Amino acid sequence: MERIPILRMGDLLLVTIQVDMHDRLAMTLQDDLTERIVRDRAKGVLIDISALDLVDSFIGRMISNTAAMARVLDAQTVVVGMQPAVAITLVELGLTLHGVKTALNVEKGMALLGKTNL
Amino acid sequence: MSAALNHAVVFESDLFERHRHFRTDRATLPLRSDEDVVALRKHVRERAVAIALSLVDQTKLVTAASELARNTIKYGGGGMVYLDALEDGFRKGVGLIFVDNGPGIPDLGLALRDGYTTGGGLGLGLGGSKRLVDEFDIDSRTGEGTAVSVIKWKR
Amino acid sequence: MTTQDYATRISQLIQDHEGDIGAEWADQLNALTVRSNVVSKDQLRKHCQQFLAALAQAARGGELQNIDHRSWDEVRDLLSEISSSRARNGSTPSETATFVFSLKQPLFTRLNDSFAGDPAGLAAASWTVSTLLDKLGLYTIEVFQRARDQVIVRQQQELLELSTPVVKLWDGILALPLIGTLDSARTQVVMENILQKIVDTGAAIAIIDITGVPTVDTLVAQHLMKTIAAARLMGADCIISGIRPQIAQTIVHLGVNLEDVVTKATLADAFLVALERTGTSVMKRTHA
Repeated sequence: MERIPILRMGDLLLVTIQVDMHDRLAMTLQDDLTERIVRDRAKGVLIDISALDLVDSFIGRMISNTAAMARVLDAQTVVVGMQPAVAITLVELGLTLHGVKTALNVEKGMALLGKTNL
Repeated sequence: MSAALNHAVVFESDLFERHRHFRTDRATLPLRSDEDVVALRKHVRERAVAIALSLVDQTKLVTAASELARNTIKYGGGGMVYLDALEDGFRKGVGLIFVDNGPGIPDLGLALRDGYTTGGGLGLGLGGSKRLVDEFDIDSRTGEGTAVSVIKWKR
Repeated sequence: MTTQDYATRISQLIQDHEGDIGAEWADQLNALTVRSNVVSKDQLRKHCQQFLAALAQAARGGELQNIDHRSWDEVRDLLSEISSSRARNGSTPSETATFVFSLKQPLFTRLNDSFAGDPAGLAAASWTVSTLLDKLGLYTIEVFQRARDQVIVRQQQELLELSTPVVKLWDGILALPLIGTLDSARTQVVMENILQKIVDTGAAIAIIDITGVPTVDTLVAQHLMKTIAAARLMGADCIISGIRPQIAQTIVHLGVNLEDVVTKATLADAFLVALERTGTSVMKRTHA
């Protein structure tokens, strides 16, 4: 089954979503990330969505849930690279991604994670 | 096209009559699996680009299509969608009609209220989808099914 | 006689005498239209036939007062089509509306015959038909106007896209002065541009200065709020500066919630806040 690859950089997990995800794939990613956070004792998760031209409620909830589970496992999540059209659509949809930190790009995202990890 | 559907979806609604004269290039797509949703997104994106919708409007339309397609599958037990090009002499648009023979929505008023922030709206996200498009119509009868019609016009 | 009775009777009347009404109507139109090269006789006859058929059908629905009702969908769509094809051929909005109004005479003639000996009924039916056709005629003008407006709006948008100045004040701090009246359409385009510029420059903070904006209404305020929400979702933040006393009053009166948005009276103040937020401070040098 296709899976979205998760890279590890020190105590940081990096995911780059580049495909148009169907719901099952999104759920698999959520499960995989949670498992890897525990297995790799990760302190930070960086989700790069700069290639996504669509984020709907299901993907939005997947991101929120992932961040919530990461927090429970004592890891920070940052989502980077949201496209303006996607952001505007999410605001219109009423999806707030509450509890999820965001940054404009990977560089800023890593800086954000570095700052909060003591 | 209907060979791809396991069985015909039958739901009589005067929603189908709306702007009947302006609809062309109808594509009929099945909605049964996750992959069908992904395929629909591609088709809708192509149609949106074809009428030169702005990037934001494209995204809004494709997102609304994704939401409604998911509803059809998860709550309607699967169904299909009609994808049309619209032209009324002044402007061009893209229209979608989602149909299923599911249980129907008992309280439309409640369903149309915001589904994300407060948890109302029965989780169908209809209120949100409605805001993403220019025209939104819904016809639902308990025990028979649901039809949702949306249109996005080129501004 | 109930409204439904009138509706049924009028509808039946049109159906029964469709041929005659259509012919008289077309003759009337030919007489009225000065420029006969705008719409061909055949085209005209076709429009008349289609409209009469749709009118009879819709009238049977009983909703003679409300042309926005579902039963009038087909008639409205038809009028849109007719209006646009005439617009393309150079008709004026009045000529298109006259198309509808001139149907009154032939219809009144038939009503006269149908309600002979019933003056009260005739008066009521005539009034109903007259106001109905008035509404439909006005509808064609609205459709016409809307199309022209769309062309203007599109041109405005094109102008707009050429005029969103961006000033890079500092590393990661952008200033975006908005100038001129903001209407809903313009604001949307401008806001999309702001978000794109934020991505392009990687700015952490965008200062939206509205000194040059004379008035702000609810729609504009809402767009501003949505833009700020979108910027935050993307990982940046916005400060609104240049709020003049009048605009501040309007915002409060409109009940717009600005609680979690930083607003400053001047761009300079906003700049200082932005600097602070990004970890830079300004110190005055003291000369010994």
